Amino acid sequence: MDLVRDTVRRFAEKEVLPHLEEWETRGEVPHDLHRKAAALGLMDTDLLTGMTVSEELIRAGASSGLCAALFTHGIAIPHIRNAGDPAQIARWVTPTLAGEKIGALAVTEPDAGSDVARLRTRAVRQGDHYVVNGAKTFITSGCRADFVTTAVRTGGEGYQGVSLLVIEKGTPGFTVSRKLQKMGWLCSDTAELAFQDARVPVENLVGEEGTGFLQLMRNFQSERIGLAVSAYATAGRCVDLALDWARQRETFGRKLAERQVIRHKLAEMARRADVAREYTLAVARRLDAGEEVTLQVSMAKNTAVEAAEFCAYQALQIFGGAGYMRESEVERHYRDVRILAIGGGTTEIMNEVIAARLGL
Amino acid sequence: MKIVVTVKQVPDPNATQGLESDNTIARDREVVLDPGDEYGIEEGLVLKEAQGGEVILVSMGPERARDAIRKGLSMGADRGILITDEQLAGADALLTAKALAAAIKAESPDLVICATESYDGSTGMVPPMLAELLDMPQLTTAKQVEVSGSKVTIHRQTEDGYQVVEAETPALVTVTAGIAEPRYASLKGIMAARSKEVKQVGLSDLGIEKGEAAETVLAVNDAEARQAGEVVEDDGSVGVEKIMAVLQTAKVV
Ligand SMILES: Cc1cc2nc3c(=O)[nH]c(=O)nc-3n(C[C@H](O)[C@H](O)[C@H](O)COP(=O)(O)OP(=O)(O)OC[C@H]3O[C@@H](n4cnc5c(N)ncnc54)[C@H](O)[C@@H]3O)c2cc1C
Ligand SMILES: Cc1cc2nc3c(=O)[nH]c(=O)nc-3n(C[C@H](O)[C@H](O)[C@H](O)COP(=O)(O)OP(=O)(O)OC[C@H]3O[C@@H](n4cnc5c(N)ncnc54)[C@H](O)[C@@H]3O)c2cc1C
Repeated sequence: MDLVRDTVRRFAEKEVLPHLEEWETRGEVPHDLHRKAAALGLMDTDLLTGMTVSEELIRAGASSGLCAALFTHGIAIPHIRNAGDPAQIARWVTPTLAGEKIGALAVTEPDAGSDVARLRTRAVRQGDHYVVNGAKTFITSGCRADFVTTAVRTGGEGYQGVSLLVIEKGTPGFTVSRKLQKMGWLCSDTAELAFQDARVPVENLVGEEGTGFLQLMRNFQSERIGLAVSAYATAGRCVDLALDWARQRETFGRKLAERQVIRHKLAEMARRADVAREYTLAVARRLDAGEEVTLQVSMAKNTAVEAAEFCAYQALQIFGGAGYMRESEVERHYRDVRILAIGGGTTEIMNEVIAARLGL
Repeated sequence: MKIVVTVKQVPDPNATQGLESDNTIARDREVVLDPGDEYGIEEGLVLKEAQGGEVILVSMGPERARDAIRKGLSMGADRGILITDEQLAGADALLTAKALAAAIKAESPDLVICATESYDGSTGMVPPMLAELLDMPQLTTAKQVEVSGSKVTIHRQTEDGYQVVEAETPALVTVTAGIAEPRYASLKGIMAARSKEVKQVGLSDLGIEKGEAAETVLAVNDAEARQAGEVVEDDGSVGVEKIMAVLQTAKVV
């Protein structure tokens, strides 16, 4: 077996699987898991290795929710890293990659989700501070985060007025107003954040004022690939689980796996999972090589999400009543899968991206 | 301290196993580093970390046994030696031991660590033969190893406890599962392993000849099928006593 996969699988079996249920109940993963993952080098990876890590974690029995919680840094720190300020990197990037700090990315607001450019959280400069007022919602790892890379409005209307500001836990006026209850991704904490005259030092500005939107857009590509990985890996895991079950479960004197209806279901599942995987990998390699593949990234996300939804649905169907039970793994995937068509740009927004590039 | 750990590549324990028509183990499937040897590597690394020195992995097998060495190197071993030669295909324990001994002798290690038996062939004969050929004392089934100066002391696992056994180095030690939890490779370790040296040698490099097989597997028979167990009917009154009686007869209570 590939050495990276072998390491990830052992990490999953030793550090994740025995505790996952407890974390699902508690609504978050422990900080220590970040340290353990970092010690193995699972946090500081290039795009393609990171894909292998997430895929193998899920294939070993973890979940897209766990990946969202453990690898939130994948959306929280790239902007800081790219902006290249050594002090900011030392303060947030390095300790996060070492598993010492947890970061989050806060873009979405109650009134601005898909329409990012409408965000209203305001940051007004006063001397060497910004004074921030507003609210963010649905923020992954927001409850646990030591710092939040926050999209704020420093200028006028529209995307040109958006900047990125790192707001640290403990900043007066910054609070986690709510830990949100969700349908799936239960081990991943999701927060609502409030800013009331929160005073943030100007050194925390990432890149130039007014470039926040562009910085976000640049990183949406790898975030979407990441979600596509979660999707095709979940699809693959559901195929594994369903195959296993179909081989064991007997009805009317024969194994489910001997029934043509079930065999074809499994064939369809495996085909969709594999096509999604190969397509996403091909697109990711091009993205990694610096090609402009915005169109293909959107297609990869939608294709992989479709595969995951199909496979989770059909796997649960093949499990029958057992699949509907909380104790079954497919039940968890069935709930976890639903967010994948919403987060990181909804299916409809992906189609808008595709349509625009078709010249519509 | 210079430590050699022998590592064997074996069919994946998680895959289905099979035999070829000549009773050798079918190798046309997924192969992995013998899980037993991971304990040996771990112990080697622990000793090296405590005392300094070098851990060298030696394996005999086909080209692809390099992957087993690579895995050990990614765990932290320093370099590897792969003994591979067409003439070694289907080697028996003695030939295996001769080849390993020749390669190990050239390194003059202070300590040789082997697993007690391999996962696949599991004759457990290679380590004792190796000790003889290397003219080293052998300390077997260790669940703990300590090296102090030129003395190696082990806790030797026995059925009802352990013996404390010591010898002068250079010595050969076989370790049991559970001596230490094998670490898994970090991604950094995996990257580093790519540039570590794996020297490949053949029979002529080692100056040994194939010779006659000392051991031939004549036949392979299935183990006797298990008998159906005894069913104790419990009508709510005598079940416990009957079970106690069965357990006492079996001398497990
Ligand atoms: C579990 C979870 C974790 C999240 N984590 C984060 C996080 O860490 N950081 C963060 O910033 N955000 C996060 N989000 C927010 C997520 O990115 C948004 O929910 C998503 O972008 C959609 O925005 P919205 O919810 O406001 O939906 P809306 O934008 O209100 O969309 C509602 C519906 O309308 C459709 N729609 C919208 N615009 C159009 C259009 N032009 N044409 C056709 N249909 C349209 C959408 O596709 C959707 O179906 C998270 C969300 C969830 C549920
Ligand atoms: C039915 C049957 C079929 C067999 N088929 C084959 C076959 O197809 N191919 C084959 O190679 N052997 C085969 N063998 C085993 C063969 O006869 C030798 O026993 C074998 O080469 C080494 O012995 P072992 O695997 O029993 O090792 P053991 O003596 O059980 O091994 C103990 C330890 O010695 C070390 N060691 C053993 N072999 C090596 C090695 N090659 N490289 C590095 N370290 C080693 C390892 O640390 C190992 O854990 C077969 C044995 C049987 C019983």
